[in-house]
Amino acid sequence: MIPALGLLAGIVAGLLLHPTVPLGLQPYLPIAVIAALDAVFGGVRAVLDGIFDDRVFVVSFLSNVVVAAFIVFLGDQLGVGTQLSTGVVVVLGVRIFSNVASIRRHLFGS
Amino acid sequence: MAAEDREGARSAWRRLARAGSPRATRAQVLGAILTLALGFAIATQVQQTQEGGLDQMRQDDLVRVLDDVSQRSARLDLQVRDLQGQRDRLGAGAGSQEAIDQARQRLDALRLLGGTAPAQGPGIRITIDDPGSAVLAAQLLDVLQELRDAGSEVVQVGAVRMVASSWFTDRDGSLVADGATLTRPVVILAIGDPQTMASAMTIPGGIVETLRRLGATARVEQLTSVRVDALSSPTTPRYAQPVPQSPPPTTSR
Repeated sequence: MIPALGLLAGIVAGLLLHPTVPLGLQPYLPIAVIAALDAVFGGVRAVLDGIFDDRVFVVSFLSNVVVAAFIVFLGDQLGVGTQLSTGVVVVLGVRIFSNVASIRRHLFGS
Repeated sequence: MAAEDREGARSAWRRLARAGSPRATRAQVLGAILTLALGFAIATQVQQTQEGGLDQMRQDDLVRVLDDVSQRSARLDLQVRDLQGQRDRLGAGAGSQEAIDQARQRLDALRLLGGTAPAQGPGIRITIDDPGSAVLAAQLLDVLQELRDAGSEVVQVGAVRMVASSWFTDRDGSLVADGATLTRPVVILAIGDPQTMASAMTIPGGIVETLRRLGATARVEQLTSVRVDALSSPTTPRYAQPVPQSPPPTTSR
């Protein structure tokens, strides 16, 4: 409940404050957001699996974000940034889908 | 099986409710902080994306956009050069205004020559008074020839404009020019250099003397302005055809 409220509060704050993304971060923020979403869905799944651990959640959240950003950064340096971002988005999307499927099976039994 | 599933689902909801129930555990606080950051990032990114613009595009995309733009620019440059060339050609065409003027001048000259336009200018008036009707067509022809020799440009005999096809004849004691009977005294108007024409008329052994010998009197007046109003309607030639010229006619004069 509190994390959901946190999400809502974050969205509202973002809409109200209207922050500008620093130029250096602009390529990484979308990927970081996808990675964080993946971590959040993974956390919800862990809760339903009964194996949720706050430390694991925090570490996975942060490491997801950092690794995703790093991969994009590396891709940019190698000249394949666009393709690598696409790849990361695909992988994370697949993970999000599988997590959501697991959550759905837990909550709706199908 | 289905009952177990439902049981499992219920326990899952319970677990979710328990995990979600507001308690100030470390997990709750950490999750709240992280999701807050996530929500903030999502909102920011969404706004950034909606704003669009080049500043959030990747280097590759920017290069592609730059390529597109420069290609487009090259194409437009080509178009500009094309259109400028066209404009220059059209401008050069406006230079043929001179040609139009020349053509108009030639048209005016031809209209005077062909007798389709009234004319005015310095000239002379010759009044031939012959009570004895001694003056014949031959003498009028001589007068006309003499006037042309003296450089007359437009000549009117009686009410008839003299053109290239003009003719004189005698019919029943009357003078006829181009089919029109001339009333006596015959008045001849000629536009040209008055001095030259007058001296050509009055030269010893010239027209005036010849006419006097025939018993007629010719009076020559030099005028600063002679107005020739008589017009001749040109007939369409039935036999003569202009020879087509492949190169444009050059005014070699």
